[in-house]
Amino acid sequence: MIRFENVGLRYGMGPEVLRDLSFEIKPQSFQFLTGPSGAGKTSLMRLLFLSLTPTRGLIKAFGKDTSALKKSQIPALRRRIGIVFQDFRLLDHLTTYENVALPLRVVGQEESQYRSDVVELLKWVGLGERMHVLPPVLSGGEKQRAAIARALITRPELLLADEPTGNVDPPLARRLLRLFIELNRLGTSVVIATHDLALMEQVDARRMELGEGRLVIHD
Amino acid sequence: MPPRPGKPARPAKRSGPSGVEKLRSSLKRRMARPGARGELRPSAPIVPSQAVAGRALTLVVAIMSFLACLTVGAVTIIHEAANAWSNDLVREVTIQIRPADGVDMLREIEKAIAVAREFPGVGAVRALSDEETKALLQPWLGAGLDLESLPVPRLIQVNIADAAILDLAGLRQAVVEQVNGASLDDHSLWTDRLAAMANAVVFGGVAILALVLGSMVLSVVFATRAAMAGNRDVVEVLHFVGAEDGFVAREFQRHFLLLGLKGGLAGGLAACAVFLVLGVLADGNTGLAGMEQAVVLFGGVSVGLAGYLGVLAVIFLVTVLTAATSRVAVHAHLRRID
Repeated sequence: MIRFENVGLRYGMGPEVLRDLSFEIKPQSFQFLTGPSGAGKTSLMRLLFLSLTPTRGLIKAFGKDTSALKKSQIPALRRRIGIVFQDFRLLDHLTTYENVALPLRVVGQEESQYRSDVVELLKWVGLGERMHVLPPVLSGGEKQRAAIARALITRPELLLADEPTGNVDPPLARRLLRLFIELNRLGTSVVIATHDLALMEQVDARRMELGEGRLVIHD
Repeated sequence: MPPRPGKPARPAKRSGPSGVEKLRSSLKRRMARPGARGELRPSAPIVPSQAVAGRALTLVVAIMSFLACLTVGAVTIIHEAANAWSNDLVREVTIQIRPADGVDMLREIEKAIAVAREFPGVGAVRALSDEETKALLQPWLGAGLDLESLPVPRLIQVNIADAAILDLAGLRQAVVEQVNGASLDDHSLWTDRLAAMANAVVFGGVAILALVLGSMVLSVVFATRAAMAGNRDVVEVLHFVGAEDGFVAREFQRHFLLLGLKGGLAGGLAACAVFLVLGVLADGNTGLAGMEQAVVLFGGVSVGLAGYLGVLAVIFLVTVLTAATSRVAVHAHLRRID
């Protein structure tokens, strides 16, 4: 699905923050991306999301060499990837429903086409009663679930979650993890960037450990 | 009245559904639509309208539109006046007969009139009377002038009935050859100067219009940049959910299109109000010295249909220009972000 070959990344003239990364995210796989703060997890997630260009090496996303992609081709690829941020990135002037429906509005779908899908997904993530509420009124857990629902509404082939449990309490973290596992069972590849050991111990999954810019994979 | 015990309360029978019932059933139908729970509002705009520098920019656009419309109005007034002057001058030519020794002026005048009348396309031909000639000279030479004692040239006014068939060069040649001391003035010097002045005014007006619209474009560019900077989170999220640059640009452009339309309409309507007031002041006997002078000079200061069409064109141009500028500015901003 996404393959890295000897990928390196540096910002400007600084040192390489990521070195010689070679790995593959396979279809329907589940993996944790871990490592200490500053190890480059977020940079790697941004590379996976095609919002950064590597300074060297090859990234193939869905069979396409990303270095050969035109700028106008990137949005279509991004729509095949869902992303969840630690700080949610919900738009405060839109309701939960409107935030979740945003990826569908962006591709030009009419509300009558997607209304029932969005409502159904919101119910699935436990926000059926909160769909008309603006994000500032939601709790941290509700915001996180809304952000996950927004990432899932287009049924992406790959879900990237950057510290999805960083702002929630352990019981909710476990609920969110169950949500990701359920999603993986339904066919979506999942990459969760976290340094929450307790969370990782709950699932027997591949671990990609970043340290000093290098990647060690524990299958 | 409370219901009797043992019987459920029932609504009283009516012959047809009342307005309230109709409303209730309509609401029920709407609530029963799949997915529509009644609590869902119509989708809000992705870029919040209050986040776009609204009122200040609308005011700037309105002022710029007002100035542009005034320029268009002024240009049309002067252009129409210059056309009217030119037409008046072109509708007649003047034969001038200079006095010379041994020449009977009256005979020459009659001869010139006869020559002019022979030409097709010539209308009325009339020599200025002694009184009219005296009246023309009075400001310089004073009253009580004796024309016989002075070598005063005499003028013959030749009205042109049909300029298309009149051979002006032939008339000039005939007059010069057949009448002693005669020359023909077709006022081309004046009409050329008037045309040059009118062209200069139109050119100046277009230049002012370009400057005003240019300033407005720059204001919109700055406002768009500010709006983009103020909505950085929205732009980022739109990129994360796979929005193309065109979609992001359209979301911003929609606000600026509306803003441009509002500003353009406000400025255009204000300019129309000014035109109407000017028209009323020019028509009525207001006693304003400046207005009377303007009326004498321009033959009226009311803006005609062309002026109002110009205002409509300015409103349209301002709206389109505002939207297009914001679109270009958004695209440029997105390129810089990448």
